[in-house]
Amino acid sequence: MKDLLLLSLNAILIENVILVKCIGICPFLGVAKKTSTACGMGLAVLFVVTFSSFVTWLFQHWVLAPLGLEYLQTVAFILIIASLVQLTEMVLKRFMPPLYEALGIYLPLITTNCAVLYAALNGARDMGSLFSATVNGFMTAAGFLLALLLFNGVHQRLQQCEFPPSLKGVPAELISAGLLSMAFMGFQGFSL
Amino acid sequence: MKPLKQLKNALLTQNPVLNQLLGMCSVLAVSTTVSSAFGMGVTVTAVLICSNVFISLLSPVIPQQVRIVSYIVIIAGFVTAAELLINAFFPSLASSLGVFIPLIVVNCIILARDEMFASKNSVPASALDGLFMGLGYTAAIVLLGALREVLGNGTLAGIPVLGSGFRPILMLNFAPGAFIALGLLLALVQKLTARLGQKGE
Repeated sequence: MKDLLLLSLNAILIENVILVKCIGICPFLGVAKKTSTACGMGLAVLFVVTFSSFVTWLFQHWVLAPLGLEYLQTVAFILIIASLVQLTEMVLKRFMPPLYEALGIYLPLITTNCAVLYAALNGARDMGSLFSATVNGFMTAAGFLLALLLFNGVHQRLQQCEFPPSLKGVPAELISAGLLSMAFMGFQGFSL
Repeated sequence: MKPLKQLKNALLTQNPVLNQLLGMCSVLAVSTTVSSAFGMGVTVTAVLICSNVFISLLSPVIPQQVRIVSYIVIIAGFVTAAELLINAFFPSLASSLGVFIPLIVVNCIILARDEMFASKNSVPASALDGLFMGLGYTAAIVLLGALREVLGNGTLAGIPVLGSGFRPILMLNFAPGAFIALGLLLALVQKLTARLGQKGE
């Protein structure tokens, strides 16, 4: 139980994918403008990352490792992720049309979200058991959702500010993301 | 399009990182030193050239519906080859780039060039486009790497340049510094673009 708590804290705060590891920046800058899309994207990523961490760990330890094909890891994982995203899209379209409509374009984009492949590689390389790999995936994506929502709050304030013309838009967003990331540096002090 | 104009586009006006804001993750994460930034730039350029050539060759036979997945598999193949080569010949680069080598698969620059350029153009033109776009990416990441290494560590490619009295800005070696430095660099680019635009009128 203690291990799980430490694993979760580590994945959400200390090694936050976006603000500490700089992974998944494109959706971070792209969808954080509106709260609804930020939530939708975050939840879709949460689902896909958890599911794909589970499947890729199994594939790594039951198929690739016994056959000595570890070098195919990247190719295999990206294919698994792409097909899981496709599957999620089909299931949502069939059974939950409102959610499908809400996620729209963001669903297929998850395939090229670095955070998904990062969580899968991280889980398969470093996690000892299927359960901890899945929890690690879930918590990594929770950290993604947290950063997205925090930045959404910052973004709404930014829109009401006056900036010099050269700082307008992405430069101002990146600098405020840097300040947010500085706050997360505080968690590095935890010795787990 | 003329090669010279293509080169100018890729480096200055249509730089994949500084103007199109593609592939930001690796730019932020790997630019702590000039040498790792350069290693990353060369790796991405090599993968980009190979996948552009391959996709330009294969695009007539790839069915339209599954093209994105096919592109990703081709890119993943070249990235795996690059990873094995780096692990074998440059172990120190491999340890400093870490998980960012396999993550080249999901680097938007490569997929964007494959989809927008290589699938519609001839093999030599695609190879050249891959080379130029890769150079644009390398230029941007090395520039940011140089900025962060000089101010954050007082060295450039490992050689001390700012003398012993210089107090390094340690924050630049970590994620917050990366975000802020890239933000300032983009602000400079916007400023220059605006000034050039005024002159052009």
